[in-house]
Order: sequence, then structure tokens, then C-alpha cells
Amino acid sequence: MINAVIVMNDQGKPRLVKFYTFQTVEKQQQLIRSIYGVLCSRANNVSNFIKVDSLFGNDARLVYKAFATLYFIFVFDSSENELAMLDLMQVFVETLDKCFHNVCELDLVFNFNKVHTILDEIILGGQVLETSTSEVVRAVEEISKMEKNANSIMLGPSISGWSSR
Amino acid sequence: MNPFSSGTRLRDMIRAIRACKTAAEERAVVRKECAAIRTAISENDQDYRHRNLAKLMFIHMLGYPTHFGQMECLKSIASPGFPDKRIGYLGLMLLLDERQEVLMLVTNSIKQDLNHTNQYIVGLALCALGNICSAEMARDLAPEVERLLQFRDPNIRKKAALCTIRIIRKVPDLAENFINPAASLLKEKHHGVLLTGVQLCMDLCKVSAEALEYFRKKCTEGLVKVLKDLVNSPYAPEYDISGIADPFLHIRLLKFLRVLGQEDVDASDCMNDILAQVATKTESNKNAGNAILYECVATIMSIEDNGGLRVLAINILGRFLSNRDNNIRYVALNMLMRAVTVDSQAVQRHRATILERVKDSDPSIRKRALELVYLLVNESNVKPLTKELIEYLEVSEPEFRGDLTAKICSIVEKFSPEKIWYIDQMLKVLSEAGNHVRDEVWHALIVVITNASNLHGYTVRSLYRVVQKASDQEILVRVAVWCIGEYGDLLVNNTGVLEIEEPLTVTASDAVDVVETAIKRHSSDLTSRAMCLVALLKLSSRFPSCSQRINHIFIQYKGSLVLELQQRALEFSSIVDKHQNIRSALVERMPVLDEATYSGRRAGSVPAVVSTSQGSPLNLPNGVAIPTSVPLVDLLDLTSDDVPVPSSSGGEFLQDLLGVDLSPASLQSGLNQAQISGTDVLLDLLSIGTPPAQSSSSIHDMLSSSQENNSSINVLEQLSSPSASSAVSTPPGSSSMMDLLDGFAPNPSKPENNGPAYPSIVAFESSSLKVTFNFSKQPGNPQTTVIEANFLNKTSNAYTDFIFQAAVPKFLQLHLDPASSNTLPASGNGPISQNLRITNSQHGKKSLVMRIRIGYKMNGKDSLEEGQVNNFPRDL
Repeated sequence: MINAVIVMNDQGKPRLVKFYTFQTVEKQQQLIRSIYGVLCSRANNVSNFIKVDSLFGNDARLVYKAFATLYFIFVFDSSENELAMLDLMQVFVETLDKCFHNVCELDLVFNFNKVHTILDEIILGGQVLETSTSEVVRAVEEISKMEKNANSIMLGPSISGWSSR
Repeated sequence: MNPFSSGTRLRDMIRAIRACKTAAEERAVVRKECAAIRTAISENDQDYRHRNLAKLMFIHMLGYPTHFGQMECLKSIASPGFPDKRIGYLGLMLLLDERQEVLMLVTNSIKQDLNHTNQYIVGLALCALGNICSAEMARDLAPEVERLLQFRDPNIRKKAALCTIRIIRKVPDLAENFINPAASLLKEKHHGVLLTGVQLCMDLCKVSAEALEYFRKKCTEGLVKVLKDLVNSPYAPEYDISGIADPFLHIRLLKFLRVLGQEDVDASDCMNDILAQVATKTESNKNAGNAILYECVATIMSIEDNGGLRVLAINILGRFLSNRDNNIRYVALNMLMRAVTVDSQAVQRHRATILERVKDSDPSIRKRALELVYLLVNESNVKPLTKELIEYLEVSEPEFRGDLTAKICSIVEKFSPEKIWYIDQMLKVLSEAGNHVRDEVWHALIVVITNASNLHGYTVRSLYRVVQKASDQEILVRVAVWCIGEYGDLLVNNTGVLEIEEPLTVTASDAVDVVETAIKRHSSDLTSRAMCLVALLKLSSRFPSCSQRINHIFIQYKGSLVLELQQRALEFSSIVDKHQNIRSALVERMPVLDEATYSGRRAGSVPAVVSTSQGSPLNLPNGVAIPTSVPLVDLLDLTSDDVPVPSSSGGEFLQDLLGVDLSPASLQSGLNQAQISGTDVLLDLLSIGTPPAQSSSSIHDMLSSSQENNSSINVLEQLSSPSASSAVSTPPGSSSMMDLLDGFAPNPSKPENNGPAYPSIVAFESSSLKVTFNFSKQPGNPQTTVIEANFLNKTSNAYTDFIFQAAVPKFLQLHLDPASSNTLPASGNGPISQNLRITNSQHGKKSLVMRIRIGYKMNGKDSLEEGQVNNFPRDL
């Protein structure tokens, strides 16, 4: 099972935080800080896996990958295949790229709830839901369309951060 | 409607937060926003609910409290519009958790949404349920989810499948309802549904044995076929990841097959072919392919035995080890670590590759490889492996040396085939990475050296050689200094030269040079310097010619600012100056340390064994059984400090004296019986004045072993004590006296050297309870008495919560072991026993005394009994 998906920038600022096992806000921040501490002290030529039993307990591992200014981090337990997690991260990043057309950090900052929607189409309750980028993009686009239609019908206030990209 | 009534837009808030230069500024912005949102909430502002929730989620991500927004999520979910629902569910997943009671309120909304006509709203509800569902919600909503497993749209089916996983994890009882619908998912063609379906079935197997049995029987073949089709499927660009068709589905299927094949021969047989096919056909030049291979290996290692497949699997891991990608090498080592327990023979074949990985550029891989190598070592390969590791130690990075050294030392200790090899390897390690060796390791080395008496000369010469080259290795220097101090003469005289040694000429002053250099080394710490001083003292005796020079060194250290060194230097210098006659005896070689005792103590299992047999009455030449009475023994000072003598009251002492006067002749018979309790020994001792050869010779031995006669005062004190004088006035108890003189011990004393037996006493007796004490002593430790207390219930009611407490005066130390039970059955059926250990620091001077308290419940009523025990046998 996947315990958490975290995206943070190279300054340690969280850009996406999703825990699939409950953690209090304080604990979440503490974990993010500890993970950042581990990541920024890691050399370049090393593997992408880190054992994080001390943080998450119970044989937890972490896989991370740096994309431009962002760290993508998946935390998971021993029932998941490490190499597959790396591939899943690739799926996630590719999907973001398609949804935002060359995704950059600012896209994630201002559209964090769209990022959540995308993530929810890939991982549900800590389990892999879908691994096909095109399926995910299709589902997310449907949801966007629904939002737009609803807004135009209801003439409500524009939903910033979602449609005003 | 004023668009500015609820603060800024989300975008503006994010900008404002990003523009903050300090954390304090950020807090101020967040505080302001939160205040505006709270106001909006209290005004029940529906127009901006969406925006406020979005802001709250952002604020939550930054780590600020947002609990006040929880009710807004529920309201938002309950509203009809899609955007509101969407943001509501998003907020529900982020801001709430399953432990909050608020969550109960949302059950109804979710139920309605699960039945909604808009499938996207159904999707939202399923997603939220899958993330935060509580046990209560699981029970309430399981029927809806079960129905959705057959929904027409595959996107809903796959979400429902994962949602079911959450439900059965929360409420495993619900699993059986889902077995059939889950099994039908396995026949799906849609990749996403199949993927989640397989995952659901796997989770069902985890919580329900029934499900496992069902899937094993009905689905194994079907799954093998699905995997076969997948392996042979044409290229499907949709699910392709770097050229491999749907690796996730591969992996899920392999994982599920593993669950089914474990501990089931039939199912394992069924999947052998396909596993072999996956293992051989999958391309391994991409991460995705390797992920499949890795999972396949894991499955092969877990299912029932098939030797051929296992070799194939371990060979795949062997290939992984040489892969350029760090990640693949990393997982390969992890898997090999598990494989060692299954098939260590097959893993051994890749030893060379694994050993290469100890030198990997990635520290985390190095560390794992080292652990794996450690698991692979056995008696047959220890020599080559150690050689490789030590060679690598010479070039390894400093931060890795600690781990490496610890492992090498542990390997060498565990598997060394012979002592000379062990010593050689340890010297190599010490000279390469001496500063990383932990104390236990070099202590153990010294124990081994002392035990290898035929290698003393060899060892000290080897050490002499290496310490010249690697004088910066603190621990090496310590061991060398210690050995030179002990075996310096062997170094100079070239005693016991082995054939393999090169000849070496060392003069006495060369040996002293080594120690002197060590003590003067700037980096030497206190322990090393103190060891140097001791070594020098020993050398001053071994090489009288260097005595003067060594004394000069001592004199320099007399002024040391470190108290320990100063004191040693002072003492040693005075030994060299003034006590030549005892010096050689003082600095004899250390007695050989028992390896078994040492290793036992290291493991913490064996308590320190007192083996100071010297001076202990155990070894008395005429086999007299044990502790004699105080005054005379003190006089003779047979005992060393740690073996104090048992006590005797002055009165009895005098009786004995009188007894001697009465009949020295019959005393002899008592002696010959050699069954003599403490009092009798006293009689023996007093019979010095009488001529019998046997006893006087033994007493002579005792006397000769005495060194100081300062305790004769004790006799006088005892004699002048009030109890003594009162005893004088008491006529001696005639009957026991006669027994004594007849040579029968008054107490049945055991002839073996276990120490005397003591009579049991009734320590406490009331109408309801009887407590008896049995005594025993550990040999060689007369201060400590082990008391076995037995409790007997005299009434016809059982006692529960039985607890025994004891208190002793300060000169005693009491240790209570747990009682055998805390329930005392009625009428003496099965007494409780409890062990007490008492150490008498005034052993021989004062007798034991104890206050006791016993608490218990009888028929639910608390009772408490107290008493004092004064009737302990003397000499305890």
C-alpha cells in the first residue's frame, strides 16, 4: 500500500501532500521536514530508494525522483514493488505534463486542487487505480468539463485555480 | 453580492503567501485569511464556500490548523452542484479523517451520491469513501459499493473495487459478500478494472481464508491464462511504459499468483510454466521490464519448491547486480538477502558479484552488499572472503570503514578456523582501521591471545612489527603495548619462533622504546597511557637493565595533571624504587582469562562468576567443610576481602572454648569424620595446643597462608561484648555439647563443598498462615543466602492476590524473585514458594533479621499479616 505522495520543491516547500494513512497536520509537517532533510543530504549517484522505517515504521520505504526544481516522493510499504513505484511516479509526472502542457512548479502551486484530482484518478486509498496516462487525462478532462458547464449554467463566481489557467 | 466580501481570490492568496520573505510574514497572511474564512463561515456565505475551501486546503498543506472548515466540507458535499461537491469531497479527504465524529454526518450524503445518476458524482463519492471510510461507514455503505462493482462504466467499477479494499480492511467480516463479485472482475478485459480486481482479490485473501481457498481452486488457472495472454499480447500503446505492455498488471498478477501459490503445491505447479516464461522472455533493459522480473523472482522464491525455477530466479538477481542502474542493484541485494534463507547454495554462486558490490559507488548499496556477504560467510569460505574484505578495507572510504570493520571483526571471530589465523586477521584489521574497532572486539582479541600460550611469542613479535608501521592506530597500539608488557621477554629472547616467522632481533630497550613512544604520542588517550604505564612497570621487572630508564618515565608522569596517570606513576615508581623484592611477584603474567566465561559475560547471559578460590575455606586441605567461626578465622586471616566469615555469637564461641577444655581427645574422632559444621571447625582450630599430627598440620597450612594478623582484636571484642559475658554465666547446654564432642554434628551437615546446610525455620505462623524458610548458599559466596520461602494456607479458603513483602536493616541487601503464584489454595494444597536473596555485608558479625508483611484476599476481603523473623540460623 502507498502511504503518502508528496511533492516538494528543492527548498522543502510542500507543493502536494497526500497521506493515505491518517497523520495529524503537525505530524505531516514533521514528516515532510524529515524527508526533506534526508533528500537534500543525498548524493547524486545513489539509488532512489530510502528505507524510512524510522519515520513511517513497519518496513516503510520511500522512492524519490527529482524533476527540475521538484522532488516527487512516494512512501509505501513492503507489499509494493519498488521498481513499479518508480514507474508509477513516471506515470504521474507524464500525466501532469499532459494536463498542464509542460508542467512546472508554478502550475502545481496555483492548481493544486487539479493536481489532487489527477492524483485521485491514479491512486485511490493507497492502491493503484489506473496506470494509463491517456485514461487519466480523459477522466480529468471530463471532470473539468463538468465544472465549466456547471459554472456557466449557475453563473456562479469563477473558480480560481481551476478554470482560470 | 460584493465580490470582495470574503477576502481575496485563491490565486491572490497564493501570490501573497509566496511573496512572504519570512515565516512570520507568512503566518500573518494566513492568519488574516483564516479570519476572513471564519467570518464567511459564520455568516453562512454560500457563494464563496468553494473558494474558501480551496484556500483552506492550501493553508492545510502549509501546515496550519483548518479544523474550523470541516463542517463547510459537509455542507459543500450536500449541495447539488458538481463543483461544490467536488471541492467538498476533496476537502473531506484532506481536512478530515476517519476518527472524527463529524464524519458520521457525511454518510448519508455519500449514500445519495453513490446512487446519483451522474457517474462522475458517483466517482467522487467512491474516491472519498475509498480514502477515509470508517468501520461504521463501511457497514452502512457496503451494499451500495457491492452494487457498483457491476456498474456499466469501467471507471466506476475500478473505483468500487479499490473502495471495497478499504471496506474489507475496516470490517473483515464483510469479505465473504465480496468474493463472488470480485471473482467476476478477474474476467474483465479492461486493464484498469482487471488491475484493481486482482488487487481486491489479493486483499480478500488476506482477510479471509475462505476467499483464499476459493480463488486458489477456481481462479488460479484463469489467472495463469490472463498472464499468458498479457505476456504474449501485441503492443498496446495505451498501457505501454517504456516498451513493456502494462507492467503494473504483470506485477499485480505475479503478486496474486504468489499469494495463491504459497504453501499450495497444486497451485504452484500450475504456474511454473508461465513464471519460467516471464522470467526468460521479459526484456531487461528498461526499468519496467526489470520491475516485472523482480516481481517474478519474488514469486518464484515464495511459492512451493521448484529448484530449477529458483536457480533461474537467482541468476536473474545475479544479472541485476551488474546492472548499471543503482535502483536495480539495490533491489537485487534486498531480494538476495531474502533468498539466502531459501536457497543459500544458489546465492553462494554469485558471491564474487556480491563482493564486487561491497565496493559500489552508492553507499546504500555497499551497506546492503556487506550485510549480504556477512550472511554468506561460512567455515569453508571465510578465508578468501575475509582476505577480500580486508584488502578492500585498505582502500575504502572513511565513512564506510566503521561498518566494514565491525563486520570483518564479527566474521573473523565467528568463523575463524584457527587461532593463528584469527590473530593475523585481527592484526591486519587493527593496523588498517584500528580506530574503528570497538572495545569488546579488542578485549576479545586479548582474551584469545592469553589463551593461545604457544602463540604468545609469535603474537608479540607480529605486533612489534606492525606497530612500527601503523603507530597512528590507537587500538593497535593498546593491544601491542599490553602484549609487550606481558610477553616482552618472549619478544627479546625470540622464544617459541614459528617456522613461518622471519627472524627478528629486538633488544630490551627497543621494547621499552615502543611503549615510550606510545605513551608520548600526542593522540594517545588516557586509557592507552594508563596501559602504557602498567606495561612499563611489567617491563621494568622483565628487563632489570631498563629499570632505571623506566623509573625516569614514571618520574615524568608523577607530575601529570591527570589524576589517574599521576597516581599510577607515583605507585609504580615507588614499587621500582623501594619494593624490588615483591615487584616480580606483582607483575607476573596475567592469569589466562577463560574464553567461555568471557564470551558468556559479553553476551550478558552468565553473571560474573566469583572464582576466587584462594583463601576460600572450600579448598582447605583436610576437606573440612566450610565457614569457620569468626574470631579465629579472622585471626588466621584465611579469608580474602570478598569472602567474609560467618557470624557466631560470643556465647557459643565460649561454649566451644569450654568444650575444648572438656575433651580434646574425643575431638579427634570428630575431625576424622570430616563431617564438621562451623562450630566444629572452631574446635579443630583450637586444638592447636594438642599434639595430634593430622589436625595440626592442616592448621599449619592455614596459618602459613595468612599475611596480616590485624584482626585478632575481633576476638577480644567478641569476648568483651555483653553477650559474651552473659554467655559465660550460662552453663553450657549439656546435651548438644555432648553430641558435639561425640563427633556428631549437631546439624546434619553435607559433606560436599557446597557450604553448610542450615535448618529450615518457621519464620511466621498465625492461625491462617504458615511461612517456612529453607536456606542455601552459593559456593564461594558466603555473604549471600538464598532463602526459599514457602507459604502454606491453614484455612479452608483460597487466598488470592497473595503478596509477600519483606524489609531488612541497612546492612543487608534483599532481592525478591517473583513468587510461583499469587493464589494460595486452601488447606495447604500446593504452597506458594518464593526465592529471596539476602546479602549480608556484615557477614560474620551480625545475624539476619527481617520484617515481613503478607497481604492477601480471602473471600474478596483484604487481610494483612505482619511479623518479625528473629530466629534465623546464625552464620547466615
